[in-house]
Amino acid sequence: MNDVLDVALRLLVVFVVFLTLPLVIGQTEHKVMAHMQGRLGPMYAGGFHGWAQLIADGVKFAQKEDVVPAGADRRIFQLAPAVALLPYLLVLLAIPIGPGEGAVGQVIDAGVFFVLAVMGVGVLGSLMAGWASANKFSLLGGLRTAAQLLAYELPMLLTAASVAMAAGTVSLPGILDAFEWWWLPWQIVGAIVFFVAGLAELQRPPFDMPVADSEIIFGAYTEYTGLRFALFLLAEYAGIVVLCGLTTVLFLGGWHGPWGADGLGWVWTLLKTAVLAFLVIWLRVTYPRLREDQLQKLAWTLLVPLSLAQIALTGIVKVVIQ
Amino acid sequence: MTLAISAALLATGPAPGAAAGTHGFLSPTGVEIAFLLVGLVTFGAALVTVTTRQLVHAALWLVVTLGGLAVEYLLLTAEFIAWVQVLIYVGSVVVLLLFGLMLTRAPIGRSPDADSGNRWAALTVAVAAAAALVWVVVDAFRTTWIDLDGPAAGSTEATGASLFQNWVLPFEALSVLLLAALVGAIVLSRKAKADSSSPPMNAQALTESSHAVTESSGSSEQEGAR
Repeated sequence: MNDVLDVALRLLVVFVVFLTLPLVIGQTEHKVMAHMQGRLGPMYAGGFHGWAQLIADGVKFAQKEDVVPAGADRRIFQLAPAVALLPYLLVLLAIPIGPGEGAVGQVIDAGVFFVLAVMGVGVLGSLMAGWASANKFSLLGGLRTAAQLLAYELPMLLTAASVAMAAGTVSLPGILDAFEWWWLPWQIVGAIVFFVAGLAELQRPPFDMPVADSEIIFGAYTEYTGLRFALFLLAEYAGIVVLCGLTTVLFLGGWHGPWGADGLGWVWTLLKTAVLAFLVIWLRVTYPRLREDQLQKLAWTLLVPLSLAQIALTGIVKVVIQ
Repeated sequence: MTLAISAALLATGPAPGAAAGTHGFLSPTGVEIAFLLVGLVTFGAALVTVTTRQLVHAALWLVVTLGGLAVEYLLLTAEFIAWVQVLIYVGSVVVLLLFGLMLTRAPIGRSPDADSGNRWAALTVAVAAAAALVWVVVDAFRTTWIDLDGPAAGSTEATGASLFQNWVLPFEALSVLLLAALVGAIVLSRKAKADSSSPPMNAQALTESSHAVTESSGSSEQEGAR
């Protein structure tokens, strides 16, 4: 009975985090973007600085009619948002936010592989949406999504493998247990490559060619309305949470910090994740969109060689210090 | 159809169980039942994959099939293998497949021409290959029974140790084979590029599919197929 309660409690906590953190990041994006562009952003909803703007948005989305285009493949069109969103919920289960068994949804033996594998599945949702919409713009968006995933999955995997080599384990809590502060300079190239490749996998600016609004309207999501569209948006922000959390755990030492790591480790994790999320928003406001050929060139000629170099460096240092 | 599937699976099912004397076949554990059910789903999805007339649906059913296989690995405690299965097959191979389909021809609805005269030859080859595989596996693991309660027999550590201690030669031979396939793909695609006019920029990264680019000019009519 106690075990069942424990599992239920963990699932509940992860679910609540899954529902709130993406909204927090979305609201932060509204406000940060606005201030960076010399605006105020949402000010009315909820009273204090428009804190309830996303709740209002959610209510609006729920009221909209759920339209499926006549020429679309009905079932796949309707299934796509779920396929896009659920993997991120699963990934959150495996990310440890503090030391010990109590601070992770579920300890997974091959955690690094689990999170990367399941994140890759999420992209299938965009592909399904792009194909099933029976719309040229959607199809082009789906194609670009696939090309982008294939290009950026490799550097992401290679850099994650580099950390796994350094720690001598592929379990996420295991990597954190083995973490030392000097890993930070040691793995810094890998960290940057991982973060950039993750941004590209999430299709966040400047890697948002698959949803480039000026040429293909909104890519794979063009035909979606109402709640299903909201689910795709939620998947994007959940993706930011997951990517920032993973970068924190793999490269920035997770719950380790200069002080107070014993009791307040989870604060460090959340703080680092929040800083990275701010960086994601900052990049959106700062950089123009990369062209499709520039995107592919960046992945194949820069990120893949860099990640291979990082693996070589990790291997050499690992052999030397043993 | 489901009846035929379950009959087929039950026919292959008892072989490992009956030989393992100490384990009763008639009082299966929860894991064994789950294994069998997931196996049924996987088998069914595989059948739909090869029989459906809708091209993209076939690719998506392939996702279900490969995912089902991953769940089977999980049930056998081979966690690492399961996640690699999802990562490589669902995350990359199926995405590449969908990319190729969408780049060339992916009509919504049935494609009556998505069939070939080789149906029976393909069925013969598939049945022969399946029979050979089942025979080999059953013969090799006749009396082996995985103890699911003990330490995980398929953990990353156990898998890695056995792979790099006992099976290094096949591992290296396979990697050379893959390398040869990779080089072959690059050679083929470069040749095709020299023959035709240069492909669009966004397809250059995927060398394997560059031969398909020449057909992509016809992809704009794919919506009209319904």
